[in-house]
Amino acid sequence: MTDITVYDPAMCCSTGICGAEVDQRLVTFAADLDWLKSRGVSVTRINLSQEPAKFAANDTVKTVLESKGVEGLPVVLTGGEMSSSGRYPDRAELARFTGVSFVADDAPAASTGCCGGSKKALSGCC
Amino acid sequence: MFENLPKFVFFTGKGGVGKTSLACATTIDLASQGKKVLLVSTDPASNVGQVFDTEIGNTITPIPTAPGVDAIEINPEEAAADYRESVVGPMRGILPQEALISIEEQLSGACTIEIAAFDEFTALLTDNELVDRYDHVVFDTAPTGHTIRMLKLPGAWSGFLEEGKGDASCLGPLAGLEKQRDRYAAAVDRLSDGDATRLVLVARPRVSALVEVARTSVELADIGIKNQHLAINGMMSEDAGGDPLAEALLKLDQSAMAAIPADVAALPRTIFPLRSENLVGLVALKRFAAGDEDKVDAARPGSTTATDLPPLGALVDDLEGAGKGLVMFMGKGGVGKTTMAAAVATELAARGHDVLLTTTDPAAHINETLAGDQPGLTVSRIDPAVETANYRDSVMASKGKDLDDQARAMLAEDLRSPCTEEIAVFQAFSKVIRESSRKFVIMDTAPTGHTLLLLDATGSYHKDIMRHQGTSGGTKLVTPMMRLQDPDQTKIIIVTLPETTPVLEAAHLQEDLRRAGIEPWGWIINSSLAAAETEQPLLRKRAHSEHEQIANVRDVLAKRLAVVPIQAQEPIGAKKLSGLCRNGTVSAAA
Repeated sequence: MTDITVYDPAMCCSTGICGAEVDQRLVTFAADLDWLKSRGVSVTRINLSQEPAKFAANDTVKTVLESKGVEGLPVVLTGGEMSSSGRYPDRAELARFTGVSFVADDAPAASTGCCGGSKKALSGCC
Repeated sequence: MFENLPKFVFFTGKGGVGKTSLACATTIDLASQGKKVLLVSTDPASNVGQVFDTEIGNTITPIPTAPGVDAIEINPEEAAADYRESVVGPMRGILPQEALISIEEQLSGACTIEIAAFDEFTALLTDNELVDRYDHVVFDTAPTGHTIRMLKLPGAWSGFLEEGKGDASCLGPLAGLEKQRDRYAAAVDRLSDGDATRLVLVARPRVSALVEVARTSVELADIGIKNQHLAINGMMSEDAGGDPLAEALLKLDQSAMAAIPADVAALPRTIFPLRSENLVGLVALKRFAAGDEDKVDAARPGSTTATDLPPLGALVDDLEGAGKGLVMFMGKGGVGKTTMAAAVATELAARGHDVLLTTTDPAAHINETLAGDQPGLTVSRIDPAVETANYRDSVMASKGKDLDDQARAMLAEDLRSPCTEEIAVFQAFSKVIRESSRKFVIMDTAPTGHTLLLLDATGSYHKDIMRHQGTSGGTKLVTPMMRLQDPDQTKIIIVTLPETTPVLEAAHLQEDLRRAGIEPWGWIINSSLAAAETEQPLLRKRAHSEHEQIANVRDVLAKRLAVVPIQAQEPIGAKKLSGLCRNGTVSAAA
């Protein structure tokens, strides 16, 4: 079974609770990674504001930061190879990256849409 | 001053209540009894060096004029900056500048400063070899309940110890310091040991200040810090000398003390009178510690020339031209943001404008006193407690639902952080912001620059997503920061008090906003004696001592300034609120 490493942008925490509004995508992503773990995938998350040295130590991630800046984060590496950059992949994609089987029943129940919450007005997102 | 003090004494209370003065006077008092004392200041505005007329700084320094006393000043801002540098420094030239800036912003919040200060003083608190050299160690600040609770949670540490979990939100700034775990645990134990530690809660004799100190008392008692003492600082002298303002202020003090909340009423209590001047110098401290009478030379009272102090009405003149827009009042708790917002809103409405006033006033006071009182003025209120609870519940229900007990406890504590309330309140406010394109929207609170930068990071992330998905379709995206950065749409007014620490705290708020590209539109100095009319010698002398801070704000800090006199009565009702803008002076108690 393969391993997956997520290089997160600078956040207080991987939920984004502290500091900014709770981002449903981050909550869902955390749940998706847990699901991946339950399927035997080794999952590691690294936060830019806590372990910046690890970003610098990985050539792929460093190259993304140099070319796209922090907008290139998060970077998702599967078995050391880049699977995605600049966005949080959903559960189906994560399954595809890691070769885990994914059927419709595995889809998370919660809505992952950006406009799902009612408190988004201020962010100008929707 | 205080009887039977244990080895460790902590003073806690809001900025400007006199923690440092009381800590210095206590230190002198103990030294005069032949004790060896270490005084630790973590006040960012520390003037301990000035008080003792000695250069102190970040090392333990003997005070030559006070045998037996050593002192050290820890600057939490510098400690936080050192910590930031320890994370970012090694990455300079390796990671791109933009990434470094985003890391620095994450480590620039109030949490980082608090944790950094805690880190510094636990080092002193738990250094047995050091503290054994002293009979007493006196701290002029104390950690908050939130920090202590975080450190007590086992879940707070497991996240660090297990490689790669990195889920430790509020303790984020502590990452990499897990080797200090034992030291933090020892510090928390020592704080909770009533035989070793006493916590002195310092408050002004005012209703709102006493309510707040009661809340702090309960919070700290709940986590085991039970050896508490209440210090009421700045009680008006009973000898008002027939001066209407002095008499009215005495009445306010007395009625506040008569209604003291039950949670602190039973605590051992010491009352310190309002002094005519700040406690600087050994002589003044010794007199204070000995409880000597504060003699003011009535023949030569300080001047209180209020004539050149700009009134609140002048700010309203400048505001009203646009005929609409968002006006936010910002400042630390207790400086009178709600009253200032209500006064400006009422006056704008009285001048014929359409005004919506939105407040966080927990007592719903403004609504009651203003309801239907002023044509053109609508008042809405959001309850910070309700908004914060809703926010917490929604997070616990989503993110919390699949977590184990430890992780849930950790998440729950994160959600008790001051940031959470700020965000929840700001989100609630955001619903009415758009109305400011048609009328005046006046709010009695504003988010910090730090929060806005983080919210904006979310905004730019959303922007990025929309670009990827190709759904933006040329829509102009407006983040909250962009709205607040536009001086035509938003004016932020900083409210403070005419004293050193509150002005310094307000200057920090201004710096924080500037980091987010927002220039505060104006400042209000509230509760000024210099702007009030009084003949009472002690008050006149205090009024005179305000001029240095007023000049500092006027000449250095503020683009625009209004100075509002101290209120002998709470300004209730549209007429009185508007009156604050009209001439600034409110008549003393009838």
